[in-house]
Amino acid sequence: MRPPVSYRWLAVASPAALLLVWEVLNRSGVLDARYVPPPSQVLVTLVRLTESGELPYHLGVSVRRILVGFVLGAAPAVALGLAMGLNRAVRAVLMPLVAAIYPIPKIAVYPLIIFYLGLGEASKVSIVALSIFFLVLLNTMAGVIGLDRVYFNIARAYGAGPRGLFTTVAWPGALPAIFTGLKLGMGFALIVIVGAELLGSDAGIGFLIWRAYQIFAVDVMFAGLLVTAVLGWLATIALDWLERRALPWRPWSQV
Amino acid sequence: MSTTVLTPAAQAVRLAVDGLTHTYPGRHGPVTALEDVTLALREGEFCAVIGPSGCGKTTLLHILAGLIRPASGTVHLPARADRGPAAALVFQGVSTFPWFTVLENVEYGLRLLGAPPAARREQALRQIERVGLARFRDAFPHQLSEGMRQRVSIARALAVDPDVLLMDEPFANLDEQNRLLLQDELLLLWQASRKTVLFVTHSLDEALRLADRVLVMTAGPGRIKAEVPVPFARPRDFRAIRREPGYGELSARLWEELRGEVLAAEGR
Repeated sequence: MRPPVSYRWLAVASPAALLLVWEVLNRSGVLDARYVPPPSQVLVTLVRLTESGELPYHLGVSVRRILVGFVLGAAPAVALGLAMGLNRAVRAVLMPLVAAIYPIPKIAVYPLIIFYLGLGEASKVSIVALSIFFLVLLNTMAGVIGLDRVYFNIARAYGAGPRGLFTTVAWPGALPAIFTGLKLGMGFALIVIVGAELLGSDAGIGFLIWRAYQIFAVDVMFAGLLVTAVLGWLATIALDWLERRALPWRPWSQV
Repeated sequence: MSTTVLTPAAQAVRLAVDGLTHTYPGRHGPVTALEDVTLALREGEFCAVIGPSGCGKTTLLHILAGLIRPASGTVHLPARADRGPAAALVFQGVSTFPWFTVLENVEYGLRLLGAPPAARREQALRQIERVGLARFRDAFPHQLSEGMRQRVSIARALAVDPDVLLMDEPFANLDEQNRLLLQDELLLLWQASRKTVLFVTHSLDEALRLADRVLVMTAGPGRIKAEVPVPFARPRDFRAIRREPGYGELSARLWEELRGEVLAAEGR
């Protein structure tokens, strides 16, 4: 069931109200535009950066890094997570390693990645892949383990072998949990890519923000933050859309 | 009495179980779920197994369905030339895959057998039609009632055309009225197909209503304690059966056999 129209308007109204209050605070002199530029100025800066081609370029670089890193991290994580969920031996071997590496903040590994892979695209894509790998892996594994045993029994009673169990039970059954992992991972991917671009990069949204700091262009810093926020929001919408397409069998009306 | 040998009449034996014993590893040592269970089903017979909770009824069905290897004893189920499954199990409770549509669920067994898509679809649709779910072939289980989901399970089992239909309290989660309707439907399906059925239940009424013969199991470890033939004529009508003078007597006899076992299962 869709939310009533009035609620959807509220969802638009709250950010709009925030921007309005912010603008008013600037105009009334409470906020100093040299430190906090008004939204109207940030908007003008956004338009300028877009027209100059600067923003589309940096945005494109960041989005490509996230997408490539996402695929490179998620694909093996799903495969390994399903294997770990299905097979106790695989789980026993890998779980201690996963449990030890998972809590390391991935951005702390970034210097090492740069050391091995250099400052180019490979290090950016790798840090994104690494940051989502464990989230997707653990969620996928939990998805398989959490499946009611009866589904495996039904499959086996109808003659399913390892391949049948994998394709007709583990994969479709764990897909909701996989999406949970992907959504969590998307948030981390954004955090990590912008962080990595701040630290060592010559392109991307993070780099745009960092360079703006170096030349004290506060409005560009705000513009970069705004773009990052919108990017995260669009990514969530995209994943939600994909999830509903991929999981028509879930009772969505209850969500 | 540790063994009850149930000799079938002249008709062909479809399923024979001999000296079946099974133990599970438990926290305080091995737990014997089944002890020396021996039984035989005639071709086309409808046999009910009744016993207290935890008496190993489900273990018995899981062994017959090939899910568990028994610790000892033999199961004799003549193999089939067309490599179709000799026995299909209808599970208790959640028994449909929520991620498959009704059609995909019913096709499931045929798909694993490697049947060509067109053939398995046709066969599945025929079974869906027989259980009255033609309108819901593309629905997902969460859009159906519990009774409809159990009909999907039954259709899935019948779709692989097994020699023996194993049913593990398939109607346990239904309310009384829907259970009566599904029992009627099952009897109609059985009369049309004449499958050999082994039906596990904990309901006396259900056993008497459906079966030709009721086997009573003991509290764990499960053994076959008694065999009670059910003489009512077929096709059966529940309303008529309940008025038969023999019904109350049979029901009382079954309960007499069962009561002590239920008390034992409850630790009294």
